Amino acid sequence: MMALDMMPTAFLFLAAAPVFLALPQGMLRAMLLLLVPLIAGWQIWTLPEGTFAQVQFLGMTLDMMRVDKLSRVFGLIFCLAAFLGNLYAWHVRDTVQQLAALFYAGSAIGAVFAGDLVTLFFYWEGTAIASVFLIWARRTEAAYHTGLRYLIIQITSGVILLAGTALLFRETGSIAFQTMTLGSLGTWLIFLSFGMKCAFPLLHNWLQDSYPAATVTGTVILSAFTTKLAVYALARGFAGTEILIYIGAVMTLFPIFFAEIENDLRRVLAYSLNNQLGFMVVGIGVGTELALNGTASHAFAHILYKALLFMSVGAVLFRTGTSKASELGGLYRTMPRTAMFCLVGAASISAFPLFSGFVTKSLILDATAVEHYPVIWAVLVFASAGVLSHSGIKIPYFTFFAHDSGLRPKEAPIHMQLAMGITAFFCVAIGVYPEPLYALLPYEVEFHPYTTSHVVGQLQLLCFALLAFAVLMRTGIHPPEIRAINLDTDWVYRRFLPRVIAQLSGTVGQIWSSLEDSIESRLARMITLLYRLHGSETGLARPMRPGSMVLWVAVLLGVTLVVNFIV
Amino acid sequence: MAGDALNHASMTLTEQLPILQVLVPFVAAPLIVFIGSRALAWPIAFASSVASFVIASLLLGQVINGDVISYHIGGWAPPLGIEYRVDATNAFVLLLISGISSVVLPFARASLSVELPPRKHTLFYALFTLCLTGLLGVVITGDAFNVFVFLEISSLSTYVLIAQGASRDKRALSSAYNYLIMGTIGATFFVIGIGFLYMTTGTLNMADLAVRLEGQGNNRTVQAAFAFIVVGIGLKAAIYPLHFWLPNAYTFAPSVVTAFLAATATKMAIYVLLRFMFTVFQPAFVDGGITLEVIILPFAIMAMFAASLSAIFQRDLKRMLAYSSVAQIGYMLLGITFLSETGLMATIVHLFNHGITKAALFMGVGCYVMQAGGGFYSQLSGAGKTMPWTSAAVVVAALSLVGIPGTAGFISKWLLIEAALDRGWWFVALLVVASSLLAVIYVWRLIEALYLGQPAEGATTQEVPLGMLVPLWIMAGACVYFGFDTDITLSASRSAAQGLLSGSVAVH
Repeated sequence: MMALDMMPTAFLFLAAAPVFLALPQGMLRAMLLLLVPLIAGWQIWTLPEGTFAQVQFLGMTLDMMRVDKLSRVFGLIFCLAAFLGNLYAWHVRDTVQQLAALFYAGSAIGAVFAGDLVTLFFYWEGTAIASVFLIWARRTEAAYHTGLRYLIIQITSGVILLAGTALLFRETGSIAFQTMTLGSLGTWLIFLSFGMKCAFPLLHNWLQDSYPAATVTGTVILSAFTTKLAVYALARGFAGTEILIYIGAVMTLFPIFFAEIENDLRRVLAYSLNNQLGFMVVGIGVGTELALNGTASHAFAHILYKALLFMSVGAVLFRTGTSKASELGGLYRTMPRTAMFCLVGAASISAFPLFSGFVTKSLILDATAVEHYPVIWAVLVFASAGVLSHSGIKIPYFTFFAHDSGLRPKEAPIHMQLAMGITAFFCVAIGVYPEPLYALLPYEVEFHPYTTSHVVGQLQLLCFALLAFAVLMRTGIHPPEIRAINLDTDWVYRRFLPRVIAQLSGTVGQIWSSLEDSIESRLARMITLLYRLHGSETGLARPMRPGSMVLWVAVLLGVTLVVNFIV
Repeated sequence: MAGDALNHASMTLTEQLPILQVLVPFVAAPLIVFIGSRALAWPIAFASSVASFVIASLLLGQVINGDVISYHIGGWAPPLGIEYRVDATNAFVLLLISGISSVVLPFARASLSVELPPRKHTLFYALFTLCLTGLLGVVITGDAFNVFVFLEISSLSTYVLIAQGASRDKRALSSAYNYLIMGTIGATFFVIGIGFLYMTTGTLNMADLAVRLEGQGNNRTVQAAFAFIVVGIGLKAAIYPLHFWLPNAYTFAPSVVTAFLAATATKMAIYVLLRFMFTVFQPAFVDGGITLEVIILPFAIMAMFAASLSAIFQRDLKRMLAYSSVAQIGYMLLGITFLSETGLMATIVHLFNHGITKAALFMGVGCYVMQAGGGFYSQLSGAGKTMPWTSAAVVVAALSLVGIPGTAGFISKWLLIEAALDRGWWFVALLVVASSLLAVIYVWRLIEALYLGQPAEGATTQEVPLGMLVPLWIMAGACVYFGFDTDITLSASRSAAQGLLSGSVAVH
């Protein structure tokens, strides 16, 4: 397979597009979508480390394929995610969505293997453009506007990346994508661009805005790539940058408040996605071998369990037409398998021992402890409990248990079950037997997740949270959704009364929305002004008589003459 | 840098290429009229255009390394005789002009069938060929007065070509009339400028002028000449406050005419500007004055923003593209103001890249006019579904207009930003990026109409004939091709920029 060796993996996905279009809509196309990630995964698995597929462009050398352990582990999980996502979307017969998924996965994988910033930029924008169609594919007015906002943010991130690259190139004469130190404007711009895609605090709104707006299958696919690509880029470019530790810590915290008051379960998951990214960002900021291993493995595990959660909620949405916590409940009766898969995902994200989140998150937690960041460590522990409350308990409980909503939907379609089953299998397998995943990681690190202190510490945290929850349920003082979650957090953060939290999130929400309102009205006023200046009726673009045109000519000639004479 | 001038005394065909470049379409134009056959008009026009294209390619091949061909008409040696002078700069522009006309002409055949009554077709092709002659002549000649003559040939035929739009919309007449007034003023200013130069130096040959103007930087007459020439040619190039004739002219002319003119006429004017600034007045003169910083730079930036904003608010695709052209001319002027090799490369590459981009886009408009009856966004609603091939090509070209990486437009903007940073003008580089974002908006409005709008109830519009699709896709393909393979564009523009910056005094 000489040709396959020399071909950048991303091109496999691009090359599949014409084949895809040539096939009739139906099973064959769906099968092709499954086949491509498999071949790509196999190729990545077999490729030797090194850099190849170099191209000359504008006098620069572009490295289309840089294979090392870091890029390989991300490449593999992206292939796996693409496969699972497409399996989950087997029933979809929408050419736009299918092609978008294909290009999206291809661009993300291409970006991971980019050895230079220009190549990275190409694929960076590729992911933006391809993914927006997964949102638009819903074909509603709201989805259209959401997609547009999403696209603007993503494209802007790419433009900033390009600007940063140009500046860096002028400064260093190199476009190589390697570890950078924050300092010059160029590196800051690149950092900002990565941060936008990684949903840093205050740059994060696109995520919660857009992911829940996509189609059922689109959200599953969206959740895998964009942000994890940013995590990869940060790990590659800014490992050991201390500011990331604090950014990451804030990221793990603030979504909790929002997630708890949120009713749309897919939006809850989007918030918890943000929180999980925080863990990875902290790992990158710590930057030791242990921490980077933690980030890589956590990204790997996270893609799987987050996809699993989105899949299960998506399956519910697919069957019932809603993903609102208040409208669901009691679905375990008719969707038992989906419920079980959801529980596996919930257990993984909450880092129960024997599930994938446990063996990967403890790497990052340990890394912060080893490097003496006790406060950060505590924040991460608190955030872990927060995860348990809003993803571990809220999602499965209000969907499948709680009060009976009276809904009796059919079990999820068989291909969805299959996709969820495989994903769940990985979640458990990694948790039980993490060594193969550890072997894939960028650095050789001896790490044992199942020490007494790890397990006991984690179980304490989890059990007390569950106990509190259970007691409240039993005694019947467990009223509807929101307060239950607050009580749970209350246990973790004893001094915070539920009311304080509610008020805090309320205040934050209020400030945010008033900020948004004022920005919106300002924008509207600016556009009106611009229209008055440049529109066809009143502005510079209105029809003009020859006399006024000539006047302009005279003015310009006069000015030019004067300017020439003066100097 | 300009190599030894080659003198042509013998009579082999290769050595006669410079004159043939102009002569072929020049003879073809009256031939079409004399034969008077509607069936033969198009083949003759097309054949002459393709021949010009071949000749331009051969010429570019000879000069791309920095050589200069000097051709003496009738064997009269310059400065007395008229000299045709081919170097990398004008060979590249010749290639653009003849290439565009060779692609647009096949498109014209089908497009004109809906936009022009058949009885006018014969004369249309004659005028088109004449206009091509004028444009090529302006670019190839090395004689300042000769530039004026060819400029008038191309302008006069352009006025009539634009007026042909009257069979669809009477406003074409007033637009052509306005353009006639403005164009004539421009040409007059230009000829006044040349008059001043002749007064000072007693010569009209550009190379000779350059020699004699040396050291005359403080001569008031020369300075006045410079101002008149810049403003006169600026009118033809539609630099920012002198652009008011352009939107109407482009909007109401037949689509083919717009496609051809937008891609060539303003580019020709930019070339003349470059030629006079750098070959006649010499870089030292331009550098010594402040015209670039005080006049050209601010207006270039204003064009980038004001015209882009106007483009955003348009409701007619054709008009939007016209305003975008004004904005793009701002980028070309901006490249000049850097007075550096990279800056001039950016101008010349953008001149080429924008030429192919706009040709594709205006041909796309032609397709919509044929099938959807016009280019208003309301008429284009859902055209992505009813005319998938046309719309896909339009989108490709539109992306190139924005400067999305992987398209030709990106290459020129990249060079422009690089030149700005080289010069240390950070702010200008940022402005280039910011104005590109405006382009994103106006292009987005188009894509929104094409793909997110719903076709009208019972709309049965269908794809245009292959005769239009193929030229459209050739240009759209070129937008992508030149985004990846930058060998030709970059090496030609580098030779050109070096040639321009070194001046031409050394040659004579």
